[in-house]
Amino acid sequence: MGFPHPSHPSETPLLSEHFGNPAARSLTTWRSLGGYQALERALGMEPSAIVAIVKESGLRGRGGAGFPTGMKWSFMKPGDGKPHYLCCNADESEPGTFKDREIMRWTPHALIEGCAIGAYAIGAETCYIYIRGEFTEPLRAMDAAVREAYAAGILGANAMGTGKRVDVHVHKGAGAYICGEETALMNSLEGRRGNPRIKPPFPAVAGLFGKPTTINNVETLAAVPHILNRGAEWYKSMSLSSPKSAGTKLFSVCGNVAKPGNYEVVLGFPFKDFLYDVCGGPLPGRTFKAVIPGGSSVPIQTMAEAEATRMDYEGFVEQGSMLGSGGVIVFDDDQCMVKLIARLARFYAHESCAQCTQCREGTAWVTRILERIEAGGGTMDDLDTLLNLSENMTGKTICVLSDSCAAPVVSGIQKFRDEFEAHITGKRCPMGARAAA
Amino acid sequence: MADASLVTLTIEGRQVAVPAGTSILEAAKTAGVLIPHYCYHPGLPVAGVCRMCLVEVEKAPKLAPACATAVAEGQVVHVHSEKSLEARKGVLEFLLINHPLDCPICDQAGECELQDYTYREGRAHGRLKEPKRFNPAEDFGGDVLYVTNRCILCTRCVRFMDDVAHDPVLNVSERGDRAVIGKFEGRDLTHPWAGNVIDLCPVGALVSKDFLNKARAWELDRTPSICPNCSQGCNAILETRDNMVVRMRPRPNGDVNQYFLCDHGRLNYRWMNRTDRVEAPLVRQGDRLAAADWDRALHAAGMLLNGKRVHALVSPMLSNESLYLLSELVEQTGGRGTFRVERGAEAPLPGVPDLALRAERAANVRGAEMLGFEKSDTPLAGLQPDEVLLVAGDDLHDLDADTLASASAIIVLGPTLPEVARTAAVVLPTTNMAEEEGTFTNLRGRVQRYMQAKAPPGMARPVWWAAGDLLTLLGGRGGYFLASEAFGALAGARPEFAGMTYDTLGLRGQMLSGDAESAGVAR
Repeated sequence: MGFPHPSHPSETPLLSEHFGNPAARSLTTWRSLGGYQALERALGMEPSAIVAIVKESGLRGRGGAGFPTGMKWSFMKPGDGKPHYLCCNADESEPGTFKDREIMRWTPHALIEGCAIGAYAIGAETCYIYIRGEFTEPLRAMDAAVREAYAAGILGANAMGTGKRVDVHVHKGAGAYICGEETALMNSLEGRRGNPRIKPPFPAVAGLFGKPTTINNVETLAAVPHILNRGAEWYKSMSLSSPKSAGTKLFSVCGNVAKPGNYEVVLGFPFKDFLYDVCGGPLPGRTFKAVIPGGSSVPIQTMAEAEATRMDYEGFVEQGSMLGSGGVIVFDDDQCMVKLIARLARFYAHESCAQCTQCREGTAWVTRILERIEAGGGTMDDLDTLLNLSENMTGKTICVLSDSCAAPVVSGIQKFRDEFEAHITGKRCPMGARAAA
Repeated sequence: MADASLVTLTIEGRQVAVPAGTSILEAAKTAGVLIPHYCYHPGLPVAGVCRMCLVEVEKAPKLAPACATAVAEGQVVHVHSEKSLEARKGVLEFLLINHPLDCPICDQAGECELQDYTYREGRAHGRLKEPKRFNPAEDFGGDVLYVTNRCILCTRCVRFMDDVAHDPVLNVSERGDRAVIGKFEGRDLTHPWAGNVIDLCPVGALVSKDFLNKARAWELDRTPSICPNCSQGCNAILETRDNMVVRMRPRPNGDVNQYFLCDHGRLNYRWMNRTDRVEAPLVRQGDRLAAADWDRALHAAGMLLNGKRVHALVSPMLSNESLYLLSELVEQTGGRGTFRVERGAEAPLPGVPDLALRAERAANVRGAEMLGFEKSDTPLAGLQPDEVLLVAGDDLHDLDADTLASASAIIVLGPTLPEVARTAAVVLPTTNMAEEEGTFTNLRGRVQRYMQAKAPPGMARPVWWAAGDLLTLLGGRGGYFLASEAFGALAGARPEFAGMTYDTLGLRGQMLSGDAESAGVAR
């Protein structure tokens, strides 16, 4: 993995400020940069006061769902005599998303500090950081940082000398996309097959090992020390739009774009400026055709939709998609949408945990139809079948993997129907050899 | 009943009140509404994975899985609304795309929930244009064959082995549509209760090797019965075709066996089909046994018994009715009665309290003991020359002719004539338990009925019938024409059975008075 690009003037580097600085990984440097001051302060506060600040800041979950973090924390009821757990979801597996990877790679102590504050705030003595198995380098960085933090007395039975216990454990996943779903993550942590659980009960009632549990994304927890250091008002003020969307957000940009990479902007940033200015626009001689703005699970946007989008939770919804994880996948005029959607469907078919009928059978069936269309063997009624199957796969299963497979299929057929029809009438992929593999 | 913990809701327009915490699916049953389902089974933990039981709950944003959704006050549930029907149709189509349409050669056909619901609610034509997925069948060990292609991954079998048998041998292997039920390396379905996965499987994926290709489900006659193969008294169904028992399966009874039957019990039915039967009464004429009619044979037996004491060697596989009238016969002659029991290893089903394949491998040990028969490993010890040996049901294995010879005469009441009893004076052909109706008393004191599943051969009659007539000949009170009458006599004579009739027993049984109801499952 290489070094990140220099910051663009339109960015607001908060979490990404030290990306590319290997020294920031060490505890000494991190402390000199102001690290662990927020934790020290937090451990002297009432947990409920921390929850109140986070609530006030408007911080929302950065993993995809956008649930208000402070409210999630307030579901935990400390002092009921049970063990409580905080799980940090570092299983970043959503295709097109690689922001948490960079946080853990460059600033592991930022995450540890966020985890420790979060754990303390919800009355949990133990936090598990569940890291995607393929993340070897972030795993090494996190392991080393956790060891440093224990050695320095930041974590453990007497965290920062306050007499309060905060334990952080790093757990390596085994390479299943579905383990990023919070209840599957808990099953996996418990040593079970990573199958999502039926809700209710919700994790805050019966989560990891059946005990009250909160699951937060890496980026969410990494933002918490900044909020404690500089105040809820400051964080909330970092928004160009809706008061419902506050703070900065990391966007991972990949695909047919001049400058792929991670970019941190305040929420509400114009997506058009982001794509054409911050990310450098399309490759020479090409034009943008479509964008998946929030990881592979969200609906595809046409460029007209993308260019009208405000980059916040509500803005993406208004333009036919979702903010999701912030994984921006850009396609230019050289790409075949059918091939792309078939590839996405194949991913979901491969990763379906196989519990729910619609998902197990539907994802695979949809994939086979799409691949047949791409190969020139489709018929017009296949499109109706795809839309009907997608309907049957949406909103009917334990988790949303099935819905995630259906979303790009439906949006793809709706927005790029001409490409599907060209495959069917021409009995071959019109992009032909031009389409990149 | 105004109970605060009752929740009132409306299902398909019918109002029901059920205890809080009940699932919509179970609540619907009380309203007489069957919500189609595959993965849900009342004897297993809820999985909520087949998504077949999705129902429309008014004011809820999405369809709810009825098995995993608790009832709520005032809920209005639609099971057959267009939305629910469409969802089920979708599930059925998904389940069928890779399911081989091999119903004509599938043992489950006719009792297959996939077949039933597809006929009722599924699409007339499939839309799959691709070839179906193929996975070879696999021998799971024990009596279980896994026909992988038919599997709908409901995971009932996995949950049974994990949570009920506590022997986690099965799993879901792989992901997506490559998923199959897997067996852990080097392990087999050899748990003594593993055969239940066959009954639990809602389709033809787990089939019985014993029953394989034996009969079509619709050719079978089904009779409520009691498994006679140990003293637990599991409720069972005897399935017959053309007067042959071809399969035994569990019949639910929450007080005894829940939904389960052990492999020893279910596979041990061939003796009911024995063909080496005595079909007519036999009376000794010189050195040979000659066929006779019942009146002559009973008269001959009566003559032998007259003025003699009876040593009755009975079988603990006989009904309460038979044992009662035999005990009266013993009392009438001032004799005695003994029996012996085949024993084997006890094998509990850990997930169900007080359910086990019991060490005593006979259905009515408790009844025999209670009716005054003495359990002994040497049941003929002390047989006196002035005693008439009356063998009722015991097959005399491991007993030698010399021991028998010390009796003044031998009368055999049995389905077959054992070789060592060729010296008998009278042989009365009797029915086995599949050929009669009657009751057994299980080890906890539960008296349970079984029905007649097949016709007896030739002139064979129940032991209680013959014993009652012998009793009459000796001046006692007998002569019953119906099993219910014989049971009535028992209930009138023995305080433990007081008040019981076949009607009060029903199909779930009743505890002997003095044996608390709690002695059933709770103990």
